[in-house]
Amino acid sequence: MDNTIYLDHGSTTPTDPRVVEAMLPYFNKLYGNPSSIYSLAKESKRAKEDARERVAKLLNAKAEEIVFTSGGTEADNSAIKGIAFANRAKGNHIITSKIEHHAVLNTCKWLSGQGFTVSYIGVDKYGVLDLDELKDAITDKTILITIMHANNEVGVIEPLAEIARIAKDSGVYLHTDAVQAVGKIPVDVNILGIDLLALSGHKFYGPKGVGALYIRKGTKIASLLHGGHHEGNRRAGTENIPGIVGLGKACEIAMEEREEDEKRVKALRDDLEERIPKKIDDIIVNGHPEMRLAGTLNICVKYIEGESMLLYLDHEGIAASSGSACTSASLEPSHVLTAMGIPPEVAHGSLRFTLGRSNTKEDIDKVIEVLPPIVKRLREMSPFGKD
Amino acid sequence: MEYSEKVMEHFMHPRNVGEIKDADGVGEVGNPICGDLMTIYIRVKDDVITDIKFKTFGCGAAIATSSMVTELVKDKTIKEALSITNKDVVDELDGLPPIKMHCSLLAEEGIKAAIEDYRKRKDKKGSGNQGVEESKIRDRKLRKDWLNIFPG
Repeated sequence: MDNTIYLDHGSTTPTDPRVVEAMLPYFNKLYGNPSSIYSLAKESKRAKEDARERVAKLLNAKAEEIVFTSGGTEADNSAIKGIAFANRAKGNHIITSKIEHHAVLNTCKWLSGQGFTVSYIGVDKYGVLDLDELKDAITDKTILITIMHANNEVGVIEPLAEIARIAKDSGVYLHTDAVQAVGKIPVDVNILGIDLLALSGHKFYGPKGVGALYIRKGTKIASLLHGGHHEGNRRAGTENIPGIVGLGKACEIAMEEREEDEKRVKALRDDLEERIPKKIDDIIVNGHPEMRLAGTLNICVKYIEGESMLLYLDHEGIAASSGSACTSASLEPSHVLTAMGIPPEVAHGSLRFTLGRSNTKEDIDKVIEVLPPIVKRLREMSPFGKD
Repeated sequence: MEYSEKVMEHFMHPRNVGEIKDADGVGEVGNPICGDLMTIYIRVKDDVITDIKFKTFGCGAAIATSSMVTELVKDKTIKEALSITNKDVVDELDGLPPIKMHCSLLAEEGIKAAIEDYRKRKDKKGSGNQGVEESKIRDRKLRKDWLNIFPG
């Protein structure tokens, strides 16, 4: 497994060794429950509050505006359901996009069975939100707009500052699922003007099972989890101290190294993006040419199916992912690609490479060496193959 | 979801890939919009499937089941071939993940469609070569329709 060429950083990242090191004492040496009174507990509490400062700093938020969660999904659920239930008297309408992560889409879908109505805004062929459609969708019953910062499949970065202005003009809360953006692009909650933001540790070299929700001071929100008085009564449950410490460390590293990482990763991604179409015919590059995460390359390889490509790539030691139906639990192709107007049979042939810190030029060379013969082989097997 | 070693072996080294020029029967099943499409070509002599080839657009399971079903029916009589079920294909592959069971159905249907096509052509042969020609025209048309769904 050590030789794996890992090109799936959008799914998860390896935990940075510096993060692991920071976490270790909090498992069996400094294991106190931060809610307790003795010195050992105070050490846990101090570590937790240090981590909170670091998360806040990365987002240019105040420490008290950060609530730790079990990850991105919980943060999204807490934001959306929390706003929905706390502001029910004002209205029951929520606006989201057609290309959200399922943590947002399925939360909205569930709410639509609880007396809320949801509008799903479309995107253009690059995956960029239709701002006119958004403006038109707002009614006097709208209480929340939830739009992702960067898309997990194609990496498109949404115009959040403009969306925030639209939300503010209408007096509507704006939540953003920034799980793919934090640690990769600058995210400043004040410059952007957002009210709530979800992030996840393991997407930027932190540990799995920990995330955070930013809640702007003064936001009217209900809690998802009820129990003890943890996290200022906003999220009950004994805190995952090692995870929180790890998240804090990951934020600190991102603060210092993000810019350099992004430059390096972008150069590698651009190289891959430039070379693939020279070797393989009938390829579509998905997502916006510029407004895209530096590490993401999503392509559709026509006439063949994504899972087959992934299995052959895996055989060559390359880990990637696909928006093909066959790699998910449903039989539908990627909802993101279809929302961008890509026909389902083409969307089945999607391939996503998400590059990260560990990747080198040799990794890109290897993809360029093995992918064309894989595609050729599968196209020879395909009834759509050229004669 | 994980594939059995047998599925992976058939996927990595599929048997009987290709087309048969002037096949005696061609079966086309599935729908590329749903992510899989299988074409099976058979050559029949004295009621025995003497040669079989496939071309499949689909996932690992779709390719493995195509490969396996062609192995199972090769050198079998038409009657024997028709008795092969999707369960036989799955058993021979040491199982499939539940979400992939439809791929095995596609394999069974592919063989049945090819045999049905063979019978139709044979029935029409009595009245000259017209049936075969019609099938050829239809094959070409289908192929064109498929290619059209991949817009620039």
